[in-house]
Amino acid sequence: MSKIRVVIAKPGLDGHDRGAKVIARALRDAGMEVIYTGLRQTPQQIVSAAIQEDADVIGLSILSGAHNHICPEVMRLLKEKGLEDVCVVVGGIIPDLDVARLAGIGIHGVFRPGTSMQEIIDYITSHARFRAETG
Amino acid sequence: MKTPPPGAATGSARWEQETLEPVLRASGERAASFTTISGRPIDRLYTRESLAGWDEARDLAEPGRFPYTRGIHPTGYRGKLWTMRQFSGFGTPEETNQRYKHLLAAGGTGLSVAFDLPTLMGRDPDHELSLGEVGKCGVSIASLADMETLFAGISLADITTSMTINSPAPMLFAMYLAVAEQQGADWRTISGTIQNDILKEFIAQKEYIYPPRPSMRLITDVFGFCAAQVPKWNTISVSGYHIREAGATALQELAFTLRDGVEYVQYGVDAGLDVDQFVPRISFFFNAHSDFFEELAKYRAARKIWAHVMRDRFGAKDERSWKLRFHTQTAGVSLTAQQPYNNVVRTALQALSAVLGGTQSLHTNSLDEALALPTAEAATLALRTQQIIAHESGVTHAVDPLGGSFFLEKLTLDMEKGALDYFDTIDRMGGMVAAIERGFPQREIADSAYRFQQAVERKEKIVVGVNQFVVEEDRGVPLLYIDEAAAARQIERLRVLRRDRDNRRVRKALDDLRRAAEGTANTMMPLLEATRAYATVGEMCDALREVWGEYEEQPMI
Repeated sequence: MSKIRVVIAKPGLDGHDRGAKVIARALRDAGMEVIYTGLRQTPQQIVSAAIQEDADVIGLSILSGAHNHICPEVMRLLKEKGLEDVCVVVGGIIPDLDVARLAGIGIHGVFRPGTSMQEIIDYITSHARFRAETG
Repeated sequence: MKTPPPGAATGSARWEQETLEPVLRASGERAASFTTISGRPIDRLYTRESLAGWDEARDLAEPGRFPYTRGIHPTGYRGKLWTMRQFSGFGTPEETNQRYKHLLAAGGTGLSVAFDLPTLMGRDPDHELSLGEVGKCGVSIASLADMETLFAGISLADITTSMTINSPAPMLFAMYLAVAEQQGADWRTISGTIQNDILKEFIAQKEYIYPPRPSMRLITDVFGFCAAQVPKWNTISVSGYHIREAGATALQELAFTLRDGVEYVQYGVDAGLDVDQFVPRISFFFNAHSDFFEELAKYRAARKIWAHVMRDRFGAKDERSWKLRFHTQTAGVSLTAQQPYNNVVRTALQALSAVLGGTQSLHTNSLDEALALPTAEAATLALRTQQIIAHESGVTHAVDPLGGSFFLEKLTLDMEKGALDYFDTIDRMGGMVAAIERGFPQREIADSAYRFQQAVERKEKIVVGVNQFVVEEDRGVPLLYIDEAAAARQIERLRVLRRDRDNRRVRKALDDLRRAAEGTANTMMPLLEATRAYATVGEMCDALREVWGEYEEQPMI
């Protein structure tokens, strides 16, 4: 079986990249192919990176409160490119109210402060495999 | 006293044999080894023998005497308590102005401005990159008009203000000075701090605009301008806080921060400034993390190292150049979203370490900050935490009450040695700017962050409520929710400003700013003129982007 390919992206103006980098390393150590986009990526750039890298998973790290603007735009662009089967997960400071809102646009994996790395690895492993079998 | 028979153990050897060994044999210890939160091994017991080579007169000295290990004031907090300065800002300038008045009425003794991400990145609220970010992580300040509103009814002659602003620091500082001017406050007597620390942005927080070298030039322009015109202003707050939050160990925070300080002083000297003219206005900003004694050792070692570096490396003659003054903030990264009321206890202990470490000012985090920006109630409780330490705990009565502890002095010595080793490494790379360009501190910090996370995963480090003592819970704390109305108001206000101001005056001021940046004239003068003409933060920053370009980091994990 080929490796799960993950694009880790840091959208928005925020530069706090500790979480993004720790997760990127953890996924890599768990045997995934990880591409880290670096800071301040627009939704357009993130989706382009996912296409170019043939990503199974996109991980968005957002701490600034801008998720309600960024996530719908990423999902819209993915749909536009016919990539609805890419698994999108979000990590960061997301209020309860918005977790349901994100689920409503197809983002079920929302990981908030205190989540263990193993939990995220397990989620991605099961959901990305689902894509590989059906896609 | 009876002399022991020949062959019998004495002192600590006897204690080990007769008292310790039986206990270890019978019940052992909880772990094979004990380490600080930074991973530094800790021995079972510290005694006089742990302090080989330590000299009380040289390494400790009295409070207020070189090398200031015990503090920069001979009377500690018996003379004056630290400034209780709560970092705050959100939404529109009107909303934040109300919060400031609330904090001052509750007994806060200084202000500290948190700006939103567009302001920190030098973008106006109507820029496409500002979408969804206006007023979210701090207050949105786009022009002098917003700054006037932010401080309406607050006398800048009577308070001190700290502004957490880095790449656009000269622009926001110019706005503050313009408001002071309007209020009739004297630039020669007002005081406060701008963070203005770009090196830690490249290292840790990543809110930079221009490449390192022109960024350093903006900073030395502020040094020169303030020495001449705003002599009581703290021109830079060299910050370890963000370095620590990004995952550094206590030692890395100490070493990188002080080495950043050395770099700023060197650039100032290279720009032709006299050390004793600008170094006394350099201040520092440290994190107060959870490992109590390790943090204490960090603050004490910081003072000692700075005193030596300024006197011996730079030849500073003025004692004020030797004295390291610092602000402290409790560790945001230690706050948990789980069982948020536990954060009150964490913050209290962290604040206590900062106080025992001799901080000049302190921000205590609120219990809800792993979830959102704090509510007014949570921010008040955080302030009360400081007031209880100050007025009820009794720790302020004696100067450096833990000084002379074998354990603490040994940790302080080791911190100093470890930091100086890092200094050597960075000096060999050609200084901090060169080290940053090679990604050295960034890589060290990312490694430490990952190691810590692995230790938490393996439960080698316990985080209460996260990897032990976990309960199913409803996070029933009230949260501050910032809606999009703030952005709409700021964008509309900007539209009106651009329509009503004298746009010819703005264009001329921005042209003058570009010319100064291309040459060597101090950029503060044209920035002040552009500010008075109501040029926006985005316009001023763009003018310099045209001259210097923007910095882009090579992504690395």
